[in-house]
Amino acid sequence: MSPANHSVDFAAERVATDRRLTDAMAAAQGGDRAAYELVLRECVPVVRRIARAQGADANVLDDVVQDVLITLHGARATFDPSRSFVAWLTAITQRRAIDILRKRTRRSAREVYAPLAAETYAAEGDPETAASQSSEARELRAAVATLPQGQREAVQALALEENSLEDASKRTGRTKSALKVNLHRAIKTLRARMGGVEPDGETP
Amino acid sequence: MAESGDISRLIGDLSADLKPVRRLAPPWLRSLYWLAAVIGLALVLIAIRIVFNWNGQPEVDPYVIPGALASGATAILAAFAAFELSLPDRSNAWALLPVPAFLVWVSINGLGCVASLANPAVQNNVPLFFTCLSIIFALSIPLSVATIIMVRRARPLRPLPVAILGGLAASAAGATLLILVHPHDSAVLDLCSHSLAVILVVGLNVLVGGRLFVPANNFRRRT
Repeated sequence: MSPANHSVDFAAERVATDRRLTDAMAAAQGGDRAAYELVLRECVPVVRRIARAQGADANVLDDVVQDVLITLHGARATFDPSRSFVAWLTAITQRRAIDILRKRTRRSAREVYAPLAAETYAAEGDPETAASQSSEARELRAAVATLPQGQREAVQALALEENSLEDASKRTGRTKSALKVNLHRAIKTLRARMGGVEPDGETP
Repeated sequence: MAESGDISRLIGDLSADLKPVRRLAPPWLRSLYWLAAVIGLALVLIAIRIVFNWNGQPEVDPYVIPGALASGATAILAAFAAFELSLPDRSNAWALLPVPAFLVWVSINGLGCVASLANPAVQNNVPLFFTCLSIIFALSIPLSVATIIMVRRARPLRPLPVAILGGLAASAAGATLLILVHPHDSAVLDLCSHSLAVILVVGLNVLVGGRLFVPANNFRRRT
């Protein structure tokens, strides 16, 4: 089959799919559950494709699909069967995908990468616990001091001074991924020092 | 790609929840319903006028009638644009529909205001400023409620522009209906009262309408 024929067939198939979904959605508006389930199931790959084109990665694709299905359910009275169902679904998907990606960006801007959060924000206890924590803190400080330079810098900048990855990267002159790897290795090293497991090396 | 278990379960829940729905009327028809509400309010105002035996403004400023026509056009176009934009698959360009009429309304008021500066008969009256403002605001409230109720069923995915357009429609209609019950001209304070009323009503619609446009949902994303 020539490429031109193939593209004509593909376009015809898309039109036929749109017609089928439009008819099924019109039936769903009348209360036909089987037609509605067909619409929702056939929507999933279409929504995934549109969301991926909007820049949604694999981590959020399922969230976008679920949000679109819930939105579609609430807004099903707005669908006009004289218009294209796929165009209607595309508009809903694009807006929901943008909303989810914006929310995700805002959330990640607020969050700080802090794998030592439990140690950093540990609650104060009674005097005995405080003394024990103080002794552990001294031990931890001594262990941090013996870390290789890259790992020590990562612990200092990210966990102790609570800088964001970007600020820590600017301060230390290391890349964000190197800082993350060094912090991860530092934690493993510190655990090894206290628990007797063999530590890893360092990322420049 | 295969559906995840969460998506399959959600599809099952949504299908089980399916009830027949009445299709939303097209935007032009909803605009006509909204216009009927405005006309109904106008008839009430005319009835009040008859009851209180008010014969209208003795000397009408030449800019008042064209200004009222422009604000009426702004109201109708803004309402139509709000109903179009409340649907998911309509272009964002609908938001621009009332802009030309709005600019004409602002220009006529501006020209009238400049002309009034040279006319010693036109007086800036502070109590009238507040009366004008209160009447436009009071007339806009029922129209805003009507817009919110009519838009809410569409569950707009763009609540902010819809709320702004709904507020503009209600306040412009309020400014148009003002001519039926309250004598006014193109003095600076009249212009200020109209502008402030539009800002207040649009702000109120954004504040209240934006929240009410999205009714509670029975379903939550599964994570």
